Amino acid sequence: MMAIFIRGGRVIDPSQNLDEELEVLIEGDRIAALGRDLSPPPGAKIISAHGKIVAPGFIDMHVHLREPGYEHKETIATGTRAAAAGGFTSVVCMANTLPVADNVGVIAYIKEKARKEGMVRVYPVGAVSKGQEGEEMAEIGDLASAGVVALSDDGRPVMNSLVMRYALEYARMFNLPIISHCEDENLANGGVMHEGYMSTVLGLRGIPAAAEEVMVARDLILAEMTGGKIHLAHLSTAGSVRLLKEARSRGIRVSAEVTPHHLCLTDKMVETYDTNTKVNPPLRPDEHRQALVEALVQGIIEVIATDHAPHAQEEKEQEYDYAPFGISGLETAVPLVITCLVLPGQLSWSQMIRAWSTNPARILGIPGGTLAEGSVADVTIIDPDREKEVDSQKFYSKGRNTPLTGWKLKGWPAVTIVGGKVVMEEGQVLE
Amino acid sequence: MDLPVKANIMDAEELRRVLIRIAYEILERNKGTQDLVLIGIRRRGVPLAQRLQKIIEELEGVKVPLGSLDITLYRDDLTTLTVYPRVQRTEIPFDITDKKVILVDDVLFTGRTVRAALDALIDLGRPKNIQLAVIIDRGHRELPIRADYVGKNVPTSLKEEIAVQVQEIDGVDQVLIRELPQEAQGP
Amino acid sequence: MALARKDLLGIKDLTPEEINLILETAGPMKEILGRDIKKVPTLRGKLVVLLFYEPSTRTRTSFELAAKYMGADTVNFSPAASSVEKGESLKDTAQTLEAMGADAVVIRHRSGGAAAFLARTLKAAVLNGGDGMHEHPTQALLDMFTIKEKLGRLEGIKVAIVGDILHSRVARSNIYGLTKMGAEVRVVGPPTLLPPDIEKLGVKVFFRMEEGLEGVDVINMLRIQKERQERGLFPSLREYMNLYKLTAQRLKLARPGALVLHPGPINRGIEIDPEVADGMQSVIKEQVTNGVAVRMALLYLMIGGGK
Repeated sequence: MMAIFIRGGRVIDPSQNLDEELEVLIEGDRIAALGRDLSPPPGAKIISAHGKIVAPGFIDMHVHLREPGYEHKETIATGTRAAAAGGFTSVVCMANTLPVADNVGVIAYIKEKARKEGMVRVYPVGAVSKGQEGEEMAEIGDLASAGVVALSDDGRPVMNSLVMRYALEYARMFNLPIISHCEDENLANGGVMHEGYMSTVLGLRGIPAAAEEVMVARDLILAEMTGGKIHLAHLSTAGSVRLLKEARSRGIRVSAEVTPHHLCLTDKMVETYDTNTKVNPPLRPDEHRQALVEALVQGIIEVIATDHAPHAQEEKEQEYDYAPFGISGLETAVPLVITCLVLPGQLSWSQMIRAWSTNPARILGIPGGTLAEGSVADVTIIDPDREKEVDSQKFYSKGRNTPLTGWKLKGWPAVTIVGGKVVMEEGQVLE
Repeated sequence: MDLPVKANIMDAEELRRVLIRIAYEILERNKGTQDLVLIGIRRRGVPLAQRLQKIIEELEGVKVPLGSLDITLYRDDLTTLTVYPRVQRTEIPFDITDKKVILVDDVLFTGRTVRAALDALIDLGRPKNIQLAVIIDRGHRELPIRADYVGKNVPTSLKEEIAVQVQEIDGVDQVLIRELPQEAQGP
Repeated sequence: MALARKDLLGIKDLTPEEINLILETAGPMKEILGRDIKKVPTLRGKLVVLLFYEPSTRTRTSFELAAKYMGADTVNFSPAASSVEKGESLKDTAQTLEAMGADAVVIRHRSGGAAAFLARTLKAAVLNGGDGMHEHPTQALLDMFTIKEKLGRLEGIKVAIVGDILHSRVARSNIYGLTKMGAEVRVVGPPTLLPPDIEKLGVKVFFRMEEGLEGVDVINMLRIQKERQERGLFPSLREYMNLYKLTAQRLKLARPGALVLHPGPINRGIEIDPEVADGMQSVIKEQVTNGVAVRMALLYLMIGGGK
């Protein structure tokens, strides 16, 4: 493999508290050197990163790759290309496939497919319960040995608190975190958007903030009780933030993530009944959004994750009530957060990189998240000046379901390097 | 819109006389007021019909039934209009079946308004006959329609507009010939 | 004068001037309804499609009569409405209607925003005949027409809307319309049947009839559905009736001669006592007639002219 020399970029690596102009030398699949006044070895590929940000590869710890079972929405091949295009070097894929990833067979299938057709690193999540039914624990030991990095029934909550308790306790012996989709299905009551003024105006069934907060509270209590490791997926309300803050201040073992759309968009967008705004948890009013941003800035929420949920066009081209939940997020996530939060100065570059690389790697115990010499050569280079209009028809993902079509975003990923191999350059995925 | 006035062809006094003459003609032709009803076409046909009613009452001591007709929904040019004409109320508080209907309008031009009015009247009942009274007949007919009572025949060009103005709507009784702007010319 | 819009999706989008224009056009239309020959040729050669995903004899019939009286042809298109077996998608249906040459499509659908969805897909005018819990604009227009006809004005009058406000598109459309026209609107119902932030729409909220009906000029009673009780929103129909049935006694709380409206169909003896529904102050039958007139006016104003 050709050596790669990244020249002139502003290297921001929160794992080493670095933020300065440095050269990066990659040899093989490792970071060989990081420093000033390095010179490229003969024959090295030289990437000029002047004016750009060089960061440890971004890890999206919440992605739905849909394979096996829903290949019309996304496949491992298309989903990982979307990831590469979006600046991600690793994705963590959720277990709500068909069949559900609750057994070694499905996990092995995903890993094999990812090895053959994937463009970035793929880390599968195993189901918490058999068939994600929320009733009986899945064979967690088997899943652990098959190489899952976490457990989750994401897409559905584990409604039964006793099942959740046992899973948290049991998963401890494998040191696997449980990623919890916090939603009380009874309170959610068939809702399709946030319950509030906008749902009243639009005459759509609402999902109250309480539907999430009740489950966040339960999970925090169970995490404290069991000592299990819990990660709260896609938090969306100010109340969840308050609960999380309190729990963390008492040292409970919990981490949490927030999506770019919950950080940047509000339920005002539902006004046109664009089904691409239909997502679970739903877009919330601005006071919730602001609380999430603040929590991210303060490090109470440690991770940004897309909850990339691709759907086929005809599935979204329906009545709002009937359309499935989800936003195709991989290819807009990074510029959206940069445009909405980083460039206006609300979130620093290093805070963003910590939340999208350093922290997910630490929470899941997977390679990456650092540019330290000797670590895997996963690198994301961002061009903070590049401005482009979102065009979902040009997505690598099969899921064109984004509410951002036509938005001008600034700060696009310029280069994605996975294990010392350039997989994306200037928005083009390199086959 | 104030178009340039080319001529004032009738003043209040002349209009009064015209209406009196038409009233006499109506009474003469119909041999009195038996079964007679007056129906004005909105808008200016309505005050004109009211005046005829009053004149006939003064002459005969009989108040002839009076109605007003809005023909908007019967127009044949709706699909060509970009501005929708305002629909107004048709008020004919009596049965017109077997009545002699005097339809009153200000100007007879292409005949299309009268055509619409005839259709509208037929939908309301089966009159014994329908007669047409107008203040001005300006020619340029596009349909086989003629008036039974005419105040004045005024040959006009298509570059002109006839404006019958009445006290009740315009604040003055007079008839003007005005020049149309270039783009609005034609029937 | 025309409505400067392709579609009528809700009252929320209308200006007071547009509402006035519709109400003023409906007056002459009502005159036509009193004739022996209830038909004018205005919409000859136009096709009005009635796309009803929810059964609704009243609204559908009213629109159908309105279209026919105006001289248009009508086609009924009532796809099976179960959400489990949906059959053809709304988008595909829309394309079929376009191909049939529809000039206007009236849609009734159980899902909020369905009319907006259709309007985006179709070149034809779309009239919302009720979409989920969102809006039912023609019902509000006929309610306002009825009130204005009886009381002479909308400005300054007090209207109480009573019952299941949460699920009611009729309530929402009436709230938008009446507040735009300067009326004072109250909603009366149990907290479980009031939508969140409803007061932000400019209404006063009352839980009890005894307070909400005090001195109002109009009472608009909504239909209560048994299904709401089954979903646990109130304990029993018996208790609901105790609290919210409009009785002759409760009617006395309103101003003398106050109007009683109901969008129908009525649950006799449940939300309203028969003696009130059939009483002197009830204008429920007039609402039906006025509904046809208002819909005639809308069809004229939306598809009566050129493109």
